[in-house]
Amino acid sequence: MPPITFKLNGKPQSVEVDPDTPLLWVLRDTLGMTGTKYGCGISFCGACTVHLDGEPVRSCVTLISDVAGKAVTTIEGLSPDRSHPLQQAWIAEDAPQCGYCQSGQIMAAAALLARKPKPTDADIDEAMTGNICRCGTYQRIRRAIHRAAAMPPPRRSATGEPAGGA
Amino acid sequence: MAPANVTSKVSRRDFLKTSSAGSAALVIGFYLPWEAPLGAGQAAAQEAPPPPPSPNPFNAWVKVGSDGSVTLTVAKSEMGQGVRTSLPMILAEELEVEWAQVRVEQARTDPRMYRSLGTGGSSSVRESYLPLRQAGAAARTMLIAAAAQKWGASEKECYAEKGAVVHRPTGKRLAYAELVEAASKLPLPDLNTVALKAPSQFRIIGTSVPRTDTPSKTDGSAQFGLDVRVPGMLYAVIARCPTFGGKPKKFDPAPALAVPGVKKVVEIPAVGRGAFTAGGVAVVAESTWAAIQGRDALEIEWDLGPHANESTESLKKQFEELTAKPGKVIRNEGDAEAALAGAAKKVEAIYELPFLSHSPMEPMNCTADVRADRAELWAPTQFPDWNQGAAAQATALQPPAVTVHTTLMGGGFGRRAQADFAVEAAQVSKAAGAPVQVVWTREDDTQHSFYRPASYHRFRGAVDAAGKPLAWFHRMASTSISAFWDPPDRAKPEESEVGGAANLPYAFPNLRMEYAPAPSGVPVAWWRSVEHSMNGFVTESFFDELAAAAGADPLAFRLRLLAEPRKVTDPVSPNSPPLDTERMKGVLQLAAEKAGWGKPLPAGRGRGIACHYSFHTYVAQVAEVSAGPKGVRVHRVVCAVDCGRVIHPDQVKAQMESGIVYGLSAALHGEITIENGAVKQSNFHDYPVLRMNEMPQVEVHIVASTEAPTGVGEPGVPPIAAAVGNAIFAATGKRIRRLPIRAPDLA
Repeated sequence: MPPITFKLNGKPQSVEVDPDTPLLWVLRDTLGMTGTKYGCGISFCGACTVHLDGEPVRSCVTLISDVAGKAVTTIEGLSPDRSHPLQQAWIAEDAPQCGYCQSGQIMAAAALLARKPKPTDADIDEAMTGNICRCGTYQRIRRAIHRAAAMPPPRRSATGEPAGGA
Repeated sequence: MAPANVTSKVSRRDFLKTSSAGSAALVIGFYLPWEAPLGAGQAAAQEAPPPPPSPNPFNAWVKVGSDGSVTLTVAKSEMGQGVRTSLPMILAEELEVEWAQVRVEQARTDPRMYRSLGTGGSSSVRESYLPLRQAGAAARTMLIAAAAQKWGASEKECYAEKGAVVHRPTGKRLAYAELVEAASKLPLPDLNTVALKAPSQFRIIGTSVPRTDTPSKTDGSAQFGLDVRVPGMLYAVIARCPTFGGKPKKFDPAPALAVPGVKKVVEIPAVGRGAFTAGGVAVVAESTWAAIQGRDALEIEWDLGPHANESTESLKKQFEELTAKPGKVIRNEGDAEAALAGAAKKVEAIYELPFLSHSPMEPMNCTADVRADRAELWAPTQFPDWNQGAAAQATALQPPAVTVHTTLMGGGFGRRAQADFAVEAAQVSKAAGAPVQVVWTREDDTQHSFYRPASYHRFRGAVDAAGKPLAWFHRMASTSISAFWDPPDRAKPEESEVGGAANLPYAFPNLRMEYAPAPSGVPVAWWRSVEHSMNGFVTESFFDELAAAAGADPLAFRLRLLAEPRKVTDPVSPNSPPLDTERMKGVLQLAAEKAGWGKPLPAGRGRGIACHYSFHTYVAQVAEVSAGPKGVRVHRVVCAVDCGRVIHPDQVKAQMESGIVYGLSAALHGEITIENGAVKQSNFHDYPVLRMNEMPQVEVHIVASTEAPTGVGEPGVPPIAAAVGNAIFAATGKRIRRLPIRAPDLA
């Protein structure tokens, strides 16, 4: 198999896997980056959300062959030190409960803020409705997004990627 | 010195062997009660081999290290309920250390540190509150005594604060680190009589400290079961028979083995009572994706087993037949039949509830490394020792040879109060001869769960011409958790099903409840709030119907029929604390006041109220909805909770918010249906759950109380569906009698 190369959290990455393998399983099983979660496998829950060239995508249905030459940002690359406004806001609101969906929630929210720095409730509904939380933390997620929106914008991450996927 | 301390010295030594050896430490072992809070059906766990004999009587440990560090070792699983925050808060309060200084260590199933303990039944804070305070107070007392000895002072002149002992007259101060060695040689005070702090002195309990686990849940570093990575491990998925009780007749492994990355295809047998696994054909591969591809390629012919004809329709027919005749009498006061016969106003209604899947965001999984003489399991589990015993049995090992490491759980909700995932992983690892992570896809998780029972309720009620309540008649049929799990000679089918209905607190002069179990092959078990999730809805909805028949305000009717202060005992759980009608009135009044009960609403909107007592906790909720032929929108939910003394107010609120969302998912969307013996739904597209765009504004208000703390993980669930249904009635005049709420029922 020819290697597939892409940028992962700002660094070059090369993998030799079946080109039809979803990005999710390359991240989790091939590269051992388990911050991105499996929830449904059919793009219905958002737990696997990562950024592909800054856009939020469901990595469970994104083939690795379609990632070639592009830049992937995962939760591990959002900031080097939990300094992204969303991470700080999530902590301030104690948003997570079990926490399993939160990587995807934060990545979806980061893409929203990169696009709309001051989102309305309707913007949040639109951007976040694809992300399921069975613990029911939606109200706190909404508060955390508004809180993050009121903070200074994210600084560049240590990887050199514009954190937040802009 | 109490006799228990002799044991404690032996087991303290044993415990220390399991942790950092060498340095001195003050170690106190203690016991958190584990009263099988799941109730009936619990005999299931007893069918698995008992946990290994423990050389100690303890299941929790406090260790103050010579560096002043404080470690709480306990087998309480974190599934989002905040147990790794609330438990150290209680300990730190009595030990007089900063809360953030207490590290929580998840106990392994090592008999030197562990004795039967699980996480369920909203019991962790309720059962741990006093023992944790006693252990913390004992350690504090010993550290104070050690300091007093060093100073040649009286203990009465010394006090503890911020991890140090202070000599009041001189202001001299010794850090715990400097006292640990001396304190560890002192006799342990009797935990039952050690002096506890006065609650008025609490400085941690009752505050909303930040959760310990939140930061790791914002950067992907929190490790859940599916994140376990063991050197050399393989991944597996299992093809299970779509019908319950079916098994492979024959299969061809070749197409699966031809998939790149697939290493092995192995058949694993079903395990019956004691774990209830489906068995099937496991595809073991180098990656999860390869295993999934391999399973897709498998060709299996199934023996569909004894339940292949069961369906949601056949079950409904059974329910109708069962409730057409008398059931087992659960409660009988006065003469409901006679009162109904002569009543001026009668109301009859049938309520129906479906099977439900827990669907935690992290699907079931377990990683196992089974060797010839021992095994290690990494399991996101609520019951590690059940997993240990069941995995041991499935691999012909002795339980002490099996160690279970409990991981973080991506949601539990009762689904992880099981052993099936652990048994399967152990079987596959043994057959593959390698460490294996068995991954359940979302489809597996949806179609091979242990479901919330389905139920059917025939109600009759009556009021007289003046609106005075006369009779309440409730005949219930359901699939039963106890009937499914317990051996037939020990099963008490009603005991797992009637809770929260049999102890109806409203003062009807004539009241009768009957129950009948419906035979079914669909596995059922504990779903967040268990039977209360059904009975909270049906009793509070039908009661609302009677309020309407009486021409009474739903809140006023509730308060009137809660009547004079009484304690109502649950006839099937007579040893459980009885329902206190005054505390129920308290939450009703608080929720109503905060919701603006009785104040005008915009056109098309309605308010509904419901209350329920479960897991020793009182909850009332007021829902504000708009509804019409196209559907229902829940705008606002105001919740009042009385859970006794509050450890962490914000986490009580978080659990109420969570329970409301969980219950709303079920009320608005949740339904598992059976066709030809198999579950029809498979993933979130056909088993939808509440999402951000449907999230109402939720406000939680806590009743100030000095009563003992009670659970909050589950009690937020039971009232919400009734509150919404009652609000729909207020808005539209349409009565919701089956869940999930369907458009035809609104038209």
